[in-house]
Amino acid sequence: MNKSNTSTLAPQPGLPTPAASWYDRKGLVQIGLLAFLLLVPLALYFLGHIYYVNLASRITLIAMAAVGLNLAIGYGGMISFGHAAYFGLGGYVAGISAYHAFDFTPVIGWPVAIPGSDSMLVIWLAAILLCGLLALAIGAISLRTTGVYFIMITLAFAQMMYYFANSWPTYGGEDGLPIFLRNGLPWVDTNDALTFFLICFGGLVLSLALTSRIMKSRFGAALTMARLNDTRLATAGVSPYPIRLVAFVISAMITGLAGALYADLNGFVSPTMLSWHMSGELMVIVILGGVGRLYGPLAGALLFVMMETLLGGMTEYWQLFLGLVLLFVVLFAKHGVMGWLAGRERHE
Amino acid sequence: MKKLASLGLGLLMTASMTAAQADEVRIGMITTLSGGGSHLGVDVRDGFMLAMERSGRDDVRVLIQDDANRPDLARSLSNEFMQRDNVDILTGIIWSNLAMAVVPAAVRQGTFYISPNAGPSDLAGRMCHENYFNVAYQNDNLHGAMGAYMREQGFERPILLAPNYPAGTDALAGFKHLYEGEVVDEIYTQMGQTDYAAEIARIRASNADSLFFFLPGGMGISFMKQWENSGVDLPVFGAAFSFDETIIKAVGSAAIGAMNTSLWAYDLDNEANHAFVEAFREAYGRTPTLYAAQGYDTANLILSALEKAHPSDQDAFREALREADFDTVRGKFRFGPNHHPIQDIYVREVVEGDDGQPTNRLIGIAVEDIQDIYHEQCQM
Amino acid sequence: MTLFIEQLINGLQLGTMLFLMASGLTLVFGVMGLINLAHGSFYMVGAYATALVTAATGSFFVGLVAGIAVAAAVGALVELIVIRRLYHRPHLDQVLATFALILIFSEGTRWVFGSSPLWLNPPAMLSGSVTLPGGLRYPIYRLVIIAVGVAVAVGMYFLITRTRLGMRIRAGESDREMIGALGVNIARLYTLVFAMGAALAGLAGAMVGALQSVQVGMGEPVLILAFVVIVIGGIGSIKGALYGAILVGVVDTLGRVFLPAFFRQFMSPSEAAGVGSAIAAMLIYIMMAAILAFKPKGLFAANE
Repeated sequence: MNKSNTSTLAPQPGLPTPAASWYDRKGLVQIGLLAFLLLVPLALYFLGHIYYVNLASRITLIAMAAVGLNLAIGYGGMISFGHAAYFGLGGYVAGISAYHAFDFTPVIGWPVAIPGSDSMLVIWLAAILLCGLLALAIGAISLRTTGVYFIMITLAFAQMMYYFANSWPTYGGEDGLPIFLRNGLPWVDTNDALTFFLICFGGLVLSLALTSRIMKSRFGAALTMARLNDTRLATAGVSPYPIRLVAFVISAMITGLAGALYADLNGFVSPTMLSWHMSGELMVIVILGGVGRLYGPLAGALLFVMMETLLGGMTEYWQLFLGLVLLFVVLFAKHGVMGWLAGRERHE
Repeated sequence: MKKLASLGLGLLMTASMTAAQADEVRIGMITTLSGGGSHLGVDVRDGFMLAMERSGRDDVRVLIQDDANRPDLARSLSNEFMQRDNVDILTGIIWSNLAMAVVPAAVRQGTFYISPNAGPSDLAGRMCHENYFNVAYQNDNLHGAMGAYMREQGFERPILLAPNYPAGTDALAGFKHLYEGEVVDEIYTQMGQTDYAAEIARIRASNADSLFFFLPGGMGISFMKQWENSGVDLPVFGAAFSFDETIIKAVGSAAIGAMNTSLWAYDLDNEANHAFVEAFREAYGRTPTLYAAQGYDTANLILSALEKAHPSDQDAFREALREADFDTVRGKFRFGPNHHPIQDIYVREVVEGDDGQPTNRLIGIAVEDIQDIYHEQCQM
Repeated sequence: MTLFIEQLINGLQLGTMLFLMASGLTLVFGVMGLINLAHGSFYMVGAYATALVTAATGSFFVGLVAGIAVAAAVGALVELIVIRRLYHRPHLDQVLATFALILIFSEGTRWVFGSSPLWLNPPAMLSGSVTLPGGLRYPIYRLVIIAVGVAVAVGMYFLITRTRLGMRIRAGESDREMIGALGVNIARLYTLVFAMGAALAGLAGAMVGALQSVQVGMGEPVLILAFVVIVIGGIGSIKGALYGAILVGVVDTLGRVFLPAFFRQFMSPSEAAGVGSAIAAMLIYIMMAAILAFKPKGLFAANE
């Protein structure tokens, strides 16, 4: 494989691509990753190993949350250290809605009574809307800052959510909120591990398609320009602020939807989903996979969860080895798994 | 691609290695071995494994995983144990919030869960289950017993301190239930707080005659050390969670004089306990904590039931567990109708030991045959 | 009123501790442009070394000196092996590499020293409490912490304004390329500054470790607070770190005490405690967001 050749010809992410075809190295790796994630759980399901199907759902949802974060970090250059806020909010929407549906009490009694719901469609819609609103508020303030200040202010907002969830007793506080019956969809049985996996997989594919579509649009080109050189964008008569804000909101919506599904997968939501470790893990996954690579989050999530499962089974100090691997990747393998599998894409 | 293919193959192979040896009993232990409060999990594990070794049975396999004190991880480990390793029995969870994440779903899927520590009120009451047994306590037991003890000792104006999370508010509610009198004030701190100057100032400004606090793990250590230097001179009471042997060693002289309630003490005078404390010290080189005792009792309860039935015969095994026919290190032990213990709660005082280090000394019994108040809500 | 004053002193004491942490962080950022999440690990290293040496020698002061020295040495080592590869990297890489360092330090410490907290107490001559003017009894050790914090602040002021090293640091802050042209050994300057920051964190960890508990992960809550401090104060500014630390210390302490009391006037005690402490826990983050909304580069923005 001629590395220098691929790297010089490779396009900037988001700028119009010269006919990215499925049969080149990158296309093959992407299809291979998706096929691996889809076919291995299918095969294991029919061999009767439910556990691996649920593990695959976990990988899928974490990948989806990271796809959302990648839109902000990788394509938008907005280093959010607080995406756990949206992941957790999505989770709490699912948890709180199910809690009230289970008890037949309204979520809000005043001014209009809003009942709880155990329908996934309602929950997804609510999670997307609420995460969008939250991101609009947080983004509007945070995007006034840049650099380290942006990293820290997004962290601060996530910590605010974390401490609020921790100390507010109604929904379990520190203890978290169990979802006793998985939320449902019309016509299908969401309790079946494979069905639920396919729902998650569908979500991941949709969010990948959405990201790809956005980045090929004029909006995507503007976002890329805002990342690379916002003065030039401004001289072209486009203000970078609203472009970034919209991308930030969409990014939060994707992560929030993943969070809602993640709560249903675990049957449980707790402030852990909002903690800065969660934000850090999502960032780690984006980096592991390769920043600003469409399929990077998927590769990163696969590697991360497998490492967690395999190392966690071998030693109780697995986080030490995770740290070493991570350090190695940051210092020496700048382009992540996708850079290694599919060749470099960006000029450094 | 080669790499991915071999990873996939590896997954397939580990998956097909299960489902061997049908007679073997598999126990899955999910406990906290890393992160905050991990000495509790280490002690439960060590006590449990000591009993397993002493039994000499080689047809019981214990699989151990670390939950890192994370409810989501505990939940996924429990699925792993049930779906991949086909365990018959789950055990090991330290924290109530993790138990609430794991237990309701696990017992509903037909696995036994035997709790060596956490005993949240929901699992004793409205969400009790025939496959759930708690060998340690219902969370209120130790706090309630201290309430009763302090009332009996004639304290009239206690001030209460706990972290602001469900187990903290439950602890104070449990205390007040058996104290049955007015308290001067209730102070709630943040979870994981390390500096208590502000709270100590409030206690100083109150006219309380005694302090009862519930601050598990590192929180209790920080608090006691700052308390000693504050010059506030009130008698201190608590539950054993803030005064286990590991914690009081870290607190040092500040702990001396504090009274605490426990379901067990290492100087409790009975034969099973002498054997346990001696074997534990020999195996691990330290004095066991109550968590180690709970782990030891949990394993012995399971072993006693295995003598009578295999867990695959669910009804017989459950009946054998209910009988609680094992040599407890606590002197006596039986289950109430909701599968939670009815037991004596002891009072201990922290004194200076022979080596100059603080240690617990048994004083007497706070409440005999205490039973939780939630069993009335339990319909099994 | 005494209660209020006592809480004010408590806030001041928290603030001085935060300053020890924040000044190192902000120096490293100001001079090298590096964002270091692993700063809390030096706090933990300092506390562990102090506890171990104190236990071995029986003297807290020997332990304290050892704690500072070990933290500085570990800091220098980390700078030589890892950190210096990160100076020219984007912030994202710095965040992740130092996040990895947190994992390595925390789990490594637990592997070597176990999960149980270590024993460390203030020396006998500093324990107990004194009566302040106005009849307020206050722990001696906390007063000592305030004194140490003030001494460090004054020392930093002289170091930066009056010494050759301080001159180089100031030069490094305003123009990183220029200072190399002046013939200063930049690599050595960076290692020195980084080790100094680590030593200050180690000092904070050792002092606070004697007051709280010495255990794995003890640096993380402090780290986040220290970040809030330097962001409020303006990253890179020592003066900002000082004012930010005292602001955060006082607001956090007073909020925790008086918010629940405030809500109690129209709620039941347990409800008031719940709502009050929920808002108190968020208070400094709300303050930070409010300040950044109006001053996106903090109160005392250093030149960037």
